[in-house]
Amino acid sequence: MTTSYNTIIKDGLWDNNPGLVQLLGLCPLLAVTGTAINGLGLGLATLMVLVSSNVTVSLIRNLVRPEIRIPAFMMIIACFVTAIELLMNAFMHDLYKILGIFIPLIVTNCSILARAEAFASRNKVSYALTDGFMMGLGFLLVLLAVGSLREILGHGTLFQGAHLMFGPEARQLSITLIEDYRGFLLAILPPGAFLALGLLIALKNIIDNRLAQKTSKVIVAETSAVTAN
Amino acid sequence: MIIKRMTQMGILLGVFAIIGTAILAITHEQTKERIAENERNVLLRNLHAVVTPDSHDNELFTDTIEVTDAKLLGSKKPVTVYRARLNGKPVAAIFSAIAPDGYNGNIKLLVAIKADGTLSGVRVIGHRETPGLGDYIEAERSDWITKFTGLSLIQPDERGWRVKRDGGNFDQFTGATITPRAVVKAVYHCLQYFRQHQQDIFG
Ligand SMILES: Cc1cc2nc3c(=O)[nH]c(=O)nc-3n(C[C@H](O)[C@H](O)[C@H](O)COP(=O)(O)O)c2cc1C
Repeated sequence: MTTSYNTIIKDGLWDNNPGLVQLLGLCPLLAVTGTAINGLGLGLATLMVLVSSNVTVSLIRNLVRPEIRIPAFMMIIACFVTAIELLMNAFMHDLYKILGIFIPLIVTNCSILARAEAFASRNKVSYALTDGFMMGLGFLLVLLAVGSLREILGHGTLFQGAHLMFGPEARQLSITLIEDYRGFLLAILPPGAFLALGLLIALKNIIDNRLAQKTSKVIVAETSAVTAN
Repeated sequence: MIIKRMTQMGILLGVFAIIGTAILAITHEQTKERIAENERNVLLRNLHAVVTPDSHDNELFTDTIEVTDAKLLGSKKPVTVYRARLNGKPVAAIFSAIAPDGYNGNIKLLVAIKADGTLSGVRVIGHRETPGLGDYIEAERSDWITKFTGLSLIQPDERGWRVKRDGGNFDQFTGATITPRAVVKAVYHCLQYFRQHQQDIFG
């Protein structure tokens, strides 16, 4: 496999998206996505951890012997998660309270260890950084999409609680899409998370199939053109 | 040979552990004051939602006592009571009481009772009720919780201190009776506790 920035970006955001393809880190994905802002908050925290751990792992990749790489990686990840937990507690206290236990649980998000092991420990720092950022961004976007879908269906609003993250001026970011909405309970309850994620994965597969059909048609057209000659 | 390798790796892991601990220790040092301040601010914001800031002139954080009453305050553990005073005279007592029988366990409340026995305000500060069903007890979600203000043991009478489904005065939510029932009961118990112990609380 040749590594290039293009493939790293495509992998993280689409082809190998942690939320839609690898299906790693489902526990937080399903648990905190009741609203768009909650999803965004956990997505940002995960992104920060992924970037920091990927960079660190790549920096020390020639130092760590294979036998101790897993405990070493775990230590690095746990360390960053705890540091970010403390920082969020200090600087985004309200959001921290809502996300609660799921911030420390980022340690157990296997996509982070998976990126350290499968990518960062074998690639140079600039690649590892890009990979961490793109994987994190891919995961964040899925969290945000699932959260938005559930919030719109469940509460009829979007970006409720934006002030928890961006300060009091952000209150006007919250939009009420449907006035006097009675709420759709299923979307808010845990099954709604599974359904929303399932819908997103299905959507991705449809798009992928369409694209594949198009390219194969082009190839067929080209080959028939060649044979006709 | 193998021993040497093992020692090397052990030392390496040890060095990682030390660096990691150092980073965490520094972060903790740098953030701990801010975190403590955040927590104080959140508590003060909640306390001032149930007693207005201008109704008292003492420091609520320091003027506290711990009381225990498993039946009326919902917890076997001591419960903190914040005392609001103006010119030294009692204004209100704020109980951090617990409604133990919510749909998903404990609902943490702040119940403020004025010296004359009427409710100054009630707020939910922590719960695990189902979003969309039981979370209407939050002040951000509906004004249900604010309806307690001004009530007392006399107004309404004992039979009124229930949800409407049980023949009382308080609205339940569609499809969710357990949560409001638990809150109403806990507030009522708190008022009873206050009546029995008012002297000791402000003593
Ligand atoms: C998944 C689920 C979650 C529920 N969560 C709550 C809740 O948080 N609070 C509540 O009072 N009732 C909740 N209920 C409903 C209660 O089981 C019970 O049916 C209801 O409180 C009784 O209300 P009713 O007497 O008006 O029918 C929940 C029900 C289900 C199926």
